[in-house]
Amino acid sequence: MIELSHIHRNFQVGEQTVHALDDVNLTVEAGEYLSIMGPSGSGKSTLLNLIGLLDRPTSGIYRLDGQDVTALSDREQAEVRNRRIGFVFQAFHLVPRLTAAENVELPLILAGIPPAQRRERVAQALAALDLSDRSQHKPEQLSGGQRQRVAIARATVMQPALLLADEPTGNLDHSSGQGVVRILERLNNAGITLIVVTHDPEIGQRARRRLQMLDGRLESDSGAA
Amino acid sequence: MAPLDVARFGWGALRGYPARTVLMLIAMAIGVAAVVVLTSLGEGARRYVTGEFASLGTNLVIVIPGRSETAGISPTTLMGETPRPLTLQDAQALQRSYSVRRIAPLNIGSARVSRQGRSRDVVILGSSAELLPLRHWSMAQGRFLPHTDLERAVPVAVIGKKIRDELFGVQPAIGEWLRIGDRRFRVIGILATEGRSMGTDVDESVIIPVASAQQLFNTPSLFRIVVEASSRAAIEPVRQFIINTLQERHQGKRDVTVITQDAVLATFDRIFGALTWAVGGIAAISLAVAGILIMNVMLVAVSQRTAEIGLLKALGATPRQIVLLILAEALLLSAFGATIGLLLGELGSLLIRRLFPILPAHAPLWAIVTALLVALLAGLLFSLLPARRAARLDPVLALSRR
Repeated sequence: MIELSHIHRNFQVGEQTVHALDDVNLTVEAGEYLSIMGPSGSGKSTLLNLIGLLDRPTSGIYRLDGQDVTALSDREQAEVRNRRIGFVFQAFHLVPRLTAAENVELPLILAGIPPAQRRERVAQALAALDLSDRSQHKPEQLSGGQRQRVAIARATVMQPALLLADEPTGNLDHSSGQGVVRILERLNNAGITLIVVTHDPEIGQRARRRLQMLDGRLESDSGAA
Repeated sequence: MAPLDVARFGWGALRGYPARTVLMLIAMAIGVAAVVVLTSLGEGARRYVTGEFASLGTNLVIVIPGRSETAGISPTTLMGETPRPLTLQDAQALQRSYSVRRIAPLNIGSARVSRQGRSRDVVILGSSAELLPLRHWSMAQGRFLPHTDLERAVPVAVIGKKIRDELFGVQPAIGEWLRIGDRRFRVIGILATEGRSMGTDVDESVIIPVASAQQLFNTPSLFRIVVEASSRAAIEPVRQFIINTLQERHQGKRDVTVITQDAVLATFDRIFGALTWAVGGIAAISLAVAGILIMNVMLVAVSQRTAEIGLLKALGATPRQIVLLILAEALLLSAFGATIGLLLGELGSLLIRRLFPILPAHAPLWAIVTALLVALLAGLLFSLLPARRAARLDPVLALSRR
């Protein structure tokens, strides 16, 4: 599903060039459950952003479902993000003025789906995460765990093939974090490809395939094909 | 993205930041209101002045003694100091043309009018029976000046309503005598016309036959001769006829000034039209200022909502969609601001009309349409930059900011 070959990503910091990703090669099959771990600055978030098309590699080729997505325009990449990729962030990134249902509705609006169909799918997504009774609440009226569940509902409402989670439990207490991880794993069991970036070994160890990064390189890959 | 969804999102964003929204609404509203009020003032002044001229009568040609090269009103023409005055015979000579419907000689002076101990200074108009139809006046009571030979000094007077009230109170005035200067006149009629016309208050004047006025003021000359042409097309021939006739009568000297009402009207119309444009233009600058304010505030809004824009990008918003969302927000703001401004402006003109009833202060339609269009355009144009900045935002940076 994901094919990264010889991916480099350099940042210019003043005079210095920082190699955030240094010749990364990675192949991920559909339905896999990956964790990417490593100290901060090791490039794990950069790798996730790149896979999520939020960032472009300096060099190298990224194929998503066989299609070279590095060559796509901004607009085409946006469409790929909208339809095939879901994001879950550490800081949830819910729009504070919108209700839970409206937050979940956003990707559907951007995709131009008609309102009647939107309502149905939002209701389904919220129900799947046990949030039906919270649909009209604003984010500030929700607990951390509930907020992250709304974010997951939003990430999955377009039924993407790929779910990317960047420190999904970073802002949560232990038990809510556990709940969120179980939800993500449930989605993975249902067929979604799940990639989790974390520096929490307890969460990282749960993945079937574990990547360890250091200084922009893949140090180890428990399930390298 | 459906337009309705874009509008709803923009509306939500506006409601999400009320302070910013109110600020921009005020800026926009003031700009539009300024345009509406100022153009309505200009337009009111134009209508007032042209209305004054039009109330003189229709198809009028006015003969003024003395000649000024600019054909305007110079101090000498106002003073009536001329080498050769206009006479009643001149006026009578002007009647001999088919194109002339009627003429009214005019003498103006001030005299003390008194009756049974009550007296006041009044503007005395000396004229003929033709003045009534020529000026479109009407009578409240009695008759206007009789149709007699212009040179007969009949001791009769037609008085304005206010003079009637002041000299006679509630007593009947028709048939009564009053004293003007050192002569006695019998009141034969009361004018119905109210309000002002060309600076003379009709309610406060007394009209007597022109020959009587000449005796009263001890002058053989006339202040003006007002000629009504038979039609609009006849105005120019009449003007030529007047110039030729008087030149002949004055031993070949062109010593009169002939102005046509049309020319004066057209000039004032142009002047005040230009004035309205000018004040409208000045007000439009405030609209541009409002536009710049919108740009600044939208720029702040974009940086305020960096995370939100980054999120939208992560969720799959294309750069065009981001631009669209920001522009829609600005457009909504401008539209609401402009609407409020329009209402405020109309309220302002209404207030002006209430305070100064003689000034018909209505903003012209073109000014309203232009103001609204400029407001929307300014809102749109000045948010292009913030919108494009938002569209170019790096989502990774936008999302990592807390």
